[in-house]
Amino acid sequence: MRGPVLLLACLVAAAVIAPAIASYPPERIDLSHRREAPSAAHWFGTDDLGRDVFARVLFGARVSLAVGLLSAAVAGASGIAIGGVAGYAGGALDAVLMRATDAMLAVPRLPLLMIASAVLQPTVPLLVLMIGAAGWMETARVVRAEFLTLGGRGFVESARAAGAGHARLIAAHLLPNAAQAVVVSVTLAVARGILLESALSFFGVGVRPPQASWGNMLYQAQTTLATEPWLAFAPGLFILMTTLSVNLAGDRLAARPNP
Amino acid sequence: MLQRRALQALPLLLLISLLVFVLIHAAPGGPLAVYLSNPNVRPEDIERLRRALGLDRPLSLQYWSWLAAFVRGDWGFSFSDGRPVAARIVERVPATLELVGTSIVLAILLTVPAAIYSAVRRGRWFDRAATAVAVAGISLPAFWFGLLLQIVFAIALGWLPSSGRTTPGWSAGSGEFDSALLDHAQHLVLPATVLAVIQAAAWSRYLRGSMIDALAQPFVLAARARGIPARTVVVRHALRNAVGPVLAVVMLDAALLASGAVVTESVFAWPGLGSLFTEALARRDYSVLMALLMLTSIAIVVFNIVADVVHALVDPRIAV
Repeated sequence: MRGPVLLLACLVAAAVIAPAIASYPPERIDLSHRREAPSAAHWFGTDDLGRDVFARVLFGARVSLAVGLLSAAVAGASGIAIGGVAGYAGGALDAVLMRATDAMLAVPRLPLLMIASAVLQPTVPLLVLMIGAAGWMETARVVRAEFLTLGGRGFVESARAAGAGHARLIAAHLLPNAAQAVVVSVTLAVARGILLESALSFFGVGVRPPQASWGNMLYQAQTTLATEPWLAFAPGLFILMTTLSVNLAGDRLAARPNP
Repeated sequence: MLQRRALQALPLLLLISLLVFVLIHAAPGGPLAVYLSNPNVRPEDIERLRRALGLDRPLSLQYWSWLAAFVRGDWGFSFSDGRPVAARIVERVPATLELVGTSIVLAILLTVPAAIYSAVRRGRWFDRAATAVAVAGISLPAFWFGLLLQIVFAIALGWLPSSGRTTPGWSAGSGEFDSALLDHAQHLVLPATVLAVIQAAAWSRYLRGSMIDALAQPFVLAARARGIPARTVVVRHALRNAVGPVLAVVMLDAALLASGAVVTESVFAWPGLGSLFTEALARRDYSVLMALLMLTSIAIVVFNIVADVVHALVDPRIAV
């Protein structure tokens, strides 16, 4: 648990204090130092406009991590709400919500988001909402399943018999016991959110230049792969480090015995 | 039983079609957005087009006529070159099938031995290494992996071509069947590797878990107690029971890969459905995008049913 979380914490910290670490502003163009290979002055080299790649990776981390974390929060919150209502209410409402979940799961996520981004040309906050709106289904299924099994258990029955209302049953008895499964599914949503943002930006429909994101840095690197391969290296490595640490943390969480 | 599943899928497909339709009509300017930004198209022309195409009718009517036409196989015309959408899609299918088929075979060849060995020797060095590689694989952004392979094998080493399906003029003019085939295969190596590695990473995690569950079942112990050789127990008894749930995942991914090769195909300029999607996206060619999204969703729903049927065939305890 400790290793991946520590790595993730370092990445978040680096993103937060990016202005203090970076020796150059991320969008400063310096045409006299274009396309320089990594050196002591520019650790990750410079791009075709002479911008410092290290600074852009750090500032890009702010966008990429924020989109990943916040979109997972949106996905998690909507998933808990939808899955919770379906699992708690049951009956026709459950059937309708689950068919909607199936429908959303049957539409390929990346192409759907690519079309939506091309249509809506989203700002970063809207991008967060869109990625979140395309990612609630897994959490909803998990929460519904947990609520259904927990609903028949003795402690829930006895709370109900003791006169606990719907709100109390959900908040005090059902949700805390479903927490572990929910946290695991939200963790996976963080990694997926970061990958989706980078893929959208890689196709030029996500975070728009000059603002740096790991995905759009790779988009720009693709055209000069033969002459400046270092431009493709750092942003991808940071995506990998982030998704890897999030996925590892999720794995360890899932393997932990339920308290 | 199968009929019941197919009937259940119908409302699901209707819901998906509604979603896709609403998405396109949510665009500022709707399907005519391409013309709105063109200064050479006068507002009265747009109005005329809107009426000619029936876009002034109520949305519900438009939805029904679009759906009716879609079901009949009339998917409209591409905005970018005016050809029927169906023709543009059909010509891209072989390339995608070739790439996806190769990568699925490769992925299964990687997955099955690795997952079995991991499950049998659970917690040993191979299992731990394979598990680490698998987590790295599912965390890997496909487009970056593709770019790295291009840098190493195409640019630095020069062993393999970096993009396309054939070298232009090679297969047509040379007349040598062998060299044309070799050229074709060389183009296939890198994109197929990207897809195979990423799929194998996900599948091996499922198969390993499912093998571990199967190996812990009483019937495996009973088979061992009867003196059946370990290899036979693992393959004939445990694997047969473990493979069912994983097949469902493989089937779904196969359906997704048909369009989900979007990223890989576009990085390697592989002329399949994925590249068609990104080309259509760049030109806001909504009729092509809608058809592709609908077809992929249908494929996913159909493969879902097929996966259940296959699961029931492999494992008689499951009823469809």
